[in-house]
Order: sequence, then structure tokens, then C-alpha cells
Amino acid sequence: MSTETQNKAIKFVVTRQEDQSSKPYKEEFEIPYRPNMNVIGALMEVQRNPVNAQGEQTTPVCWESNCLEEVCGACSMVINGKPRQACTALVDKLEQPIRIEPMSTFPVVRDVVIDRGRMFESLKRVKAWIPIDGTYDLGPGPRMAESKRQWAYELSKCMTCGVCLEACPNVNEKTDFMGPAPLSQVRLFNAHPTGEMNQEERLDTIMQDGGLEGCGNSQNCVMSCPKGIPLTTSIAALNKDTTKQLFRKWLGM
Amino acid sequence: MKGEHSYMKLNSFYSRKLHSLLGVIPLGLFLVEHMLTNYEAFSAGKEGFIEQVVWLNSLPLVLFLEIFGIWLPLLYHGVYGLYIAFQAKHNVNNYGYVRNHMFMWQRITGVITLIFVVWHFSDTRLQVALGNIGHEDLAAHMHNTLSSPIWFALYIVGIIAASFHFSNGMWSFLVSWGITVGPRAQRVSSYIWMGVFVILSVLFVLALTAFTDESFAFSTLESVQNQLG
Repeated sequence: MSTETQNKAIKFVVTRQEDQSSKPYKEEFEIPYRPNMNVIGALMEVQRNPVNAQGEQTTPVCWESNCLEEVCGACSMVINGKPRQACTALVDKLEQPIRIEPMSTFPVVRDVVIDRGRMFESLKRVKAWIPIDGTYDLGPGPRMAESKRQWAYELSKCMTCGVCLEACPNVNEKTDFMGPAPLSQVRLFNAHPTGEMNQEERLDTIMQDGGLEGCGNSQNCVMSCPKGIPLTTSIAALNKDTTKQLFRKWLGM
Repeated sequence: MKGEHSYMKLNSFYSRKLHSLLGVIPLGLFLVEHMLTNYEAFSAGKEGFIEQVVWLNSLPLVLFLEIFGIWLPLLYHGVYGLYIAFQAKHNVNNYGYVRNHMFMWQRITGVITLIFVVWHFSDTRLQVALGNIGHEDLAAHMHNTLSSPIWFALYIVGIIAASFHFSNGMWSFLVSWGITVGPRAQRVSSYIWMGVFVILSVLFVLALTAFTDESFAFSTLESVQNQLG
């Protein structure tokens, strides 16, 4: 390592919070530069040596992470104003000081650890699974066309990371909108040849409070999704399906 | 979950869908009709405009049409719209995407349009209902109002807000009812409705300027009487 990089420091401003009820505050950190560092690597540095930029001893910053390859969604946080995964946020590509905040659309547990439980509740509510249990062997399910499998696979990439909910202006404390991610899962499971058998039930669920109508078409979700899931296409497709369901029911078909 | 405690109120899916539908039928249709009537003032002058007003007032059950085709839908769309508008937590600073800006402007122009329409209604149609002025005096009344540069400017703001709210609202309507589903359809739809916004605004502004013409100044009672024979 050259002396130049050795002397370089990375500046961080972390929005911290003791627990769910305490007030958030900002704390600055300076850590020695290493090439190819990601935000998690930087946070680990703070963990090893919990001293802030003023040289005061402090508590290490808490965060969550698992896979470190952007497939689990656990390390989502707001980095320089945009929600994303800390594991793929490379320090070399970020403007400094790097601003790190929790995705405060969700309840903040501590520092940048958030509770994404509402998303899992929504997935349960819309029954985002394929029911295959029977009292006897139901045999193989119907086949899925390859052309359909290809776009459905894109929807299955959702890792419930919560970035789309954080970006959505309609997901906030004033509404009970479930957000784009669980809605897109409704489309995924309705597209499955076996899951399709329960599609009316899923559509009925999202035609209730907190469901599809909460979308205001700001389309931030599709711009923010780290997996490039066509969330707004999913929502519009569900709009089409629920419109059909609406008329089918009214006309008693 | 919050939603599960609200059995008593109307399912928000249906109330939101009704809000969306009423914005197009009848309110959007009425806005376009209003623009076409006003545009007569520009293209056919005072006589043409009055002819249109007389024709509108000759429609069967005109009060019924006004109540169920304009006032009640407007009340619902306006009040429920305010509820929707103030639920959003705008974030264009962090997410400066075109559609996010449109989302914000849809709500801002909605509020401006509501204030504008309430004022415009109470200054014109309500005055007719109260017997302070007659339908035939409205052209002269508008001439007097629009001769003031401040009112003229406020009217410009009002009609541009209304035109934007309608045009962008049509874009959202097509998405919300599942007509424009894919990104290409939505992009093409954006271009079309922004084109409509420009055309609508221009025609409305032309009509406004037409009202400032001196020929609108004096009472048009005589002209109406002539028209009616």
C-alpha cells in the first residue's frame, strides 16, 4: 500500500439511535482507507475500534447483514440519501462524507437495524405461497410455459429488502399501504399454474384497505429496486386483474 | 394490522376507484366541454360564446345534469382527493425521477384546482343561483374580472393547474384501471397526455384572453334575447 492511500481516511456520518423510542442523533467517524472497501467493511472497522471522529470512545454501530452478495436484503440502509444494500455499496464509488441512515419507514430497532416485519406480515396476508398440501397425493401440477417462467423468474428475485417501501411516498405512518414488494409477489404466485388456482383469493385481499389502491404511481419503487424487478408493471398488471375481478363480481359472472 | 379494524368504513379500494372514475367521468369530460365552450369566445367571438351558453342551458334537465354530473362528483373527488393528497410524504429531493415529480405535482395541482374551482363556482354559478346575476351576464362579469391583471394571472394559474391535473390524472387513470400496463405503453401515454396538457392549456389561455376583449364589456342580455328570438 502506498503512503498516499495509507494516510487517506474515509469520512462517515451515521444517524444513530439507542433504541426504538429514543431520539436519533448523528455521529461522525473517520476510518483508514483500504481499497475496494464496502460500507459493511467500514462499519466493521468501527466495530473493531469504536472511536468517533472526535477521538471519543463510543458504542459500535449496529447493523444487520448476512449474505454479503445482495441476495438476502438484510443490510438495507439509506446511503447518501438512497436506500440500498450496504454490501454492494462500494466506498470508492460514494461521495464523502458517506451519510448512513436507517430506512426509517420501518421501526428502527437500533442504529441502522430496522424491523422489516410488516413486509412478512403482508406476504402472509396475501398468501404469497403455493398451497400444495392435500389429504392424498395430488400428483404433479400443471406445466408452466417457458415464456411465462422467464418473466416470473424476475419477480421471484425479490428479497424483501424493503428498499421499495422506503422509496415509496405512499408508504408512511399516515397510510396502511403494504407497498410494492408484496403486491408483486401476488402477481408472481398468481402467474404460477398451481398458484393460479387461488388467484381470486389473493386479488380479493389486495382489493381491501392497505392493498393495491395505496399505489399513487410515483414509480420510485421500480427506479430503486436493487434487483431490477418490474414492480410498476406488476402493479399495473394487478390493476388490470382487479378491474376484471371487480366487473366479474358485479356482473355475477 | 390497521386495516383489519376498519370494517365499518367503505373499503378503501372501492372509494379510491370511485374517486378515479369520477375524475374522468364526468369531471374530465366536463373540463373538456368547458374548454370547448370557452374557446368559442376566442374562435367565434361574443356571439359564438353566447350561442354555446344558450345551447348548454337548453339541455334537458340541466340542473339535474349539473348536480349529478358536476357538483356531487366534484365534491367527492375534491374532498377524497384532499385526503389522498395529504397522505403522501413527498421525497423528490432524494428521488428526483420524472414520475415522482409528476406524483407530487398531481397533488399540488389538485389542491390548487380545488381552491380555484370552489372560488370560480362561487363567483359565477352560485351568483346566478342566488339571483345576483343572470346567465347572460356571465360574459360581461368574466370580462370585468379578467380585466384586472391579478385576477387574470390567478385564472391562468388555476386553468393550467386544472389542465395538468386532468392530463396527468388521465395517465394515472389508464394505469390504475390496468389499461397501460407495460413501461412502453406508459411512456407513450405520458407523451400523449403531456401533449393534451399543452393543447388544453393553450386553448384555455386563448379563451381567457378573448374575454378581455372590449366586445365582452357591456351586458350581453340583448344578444341573448336576440338569440332566443
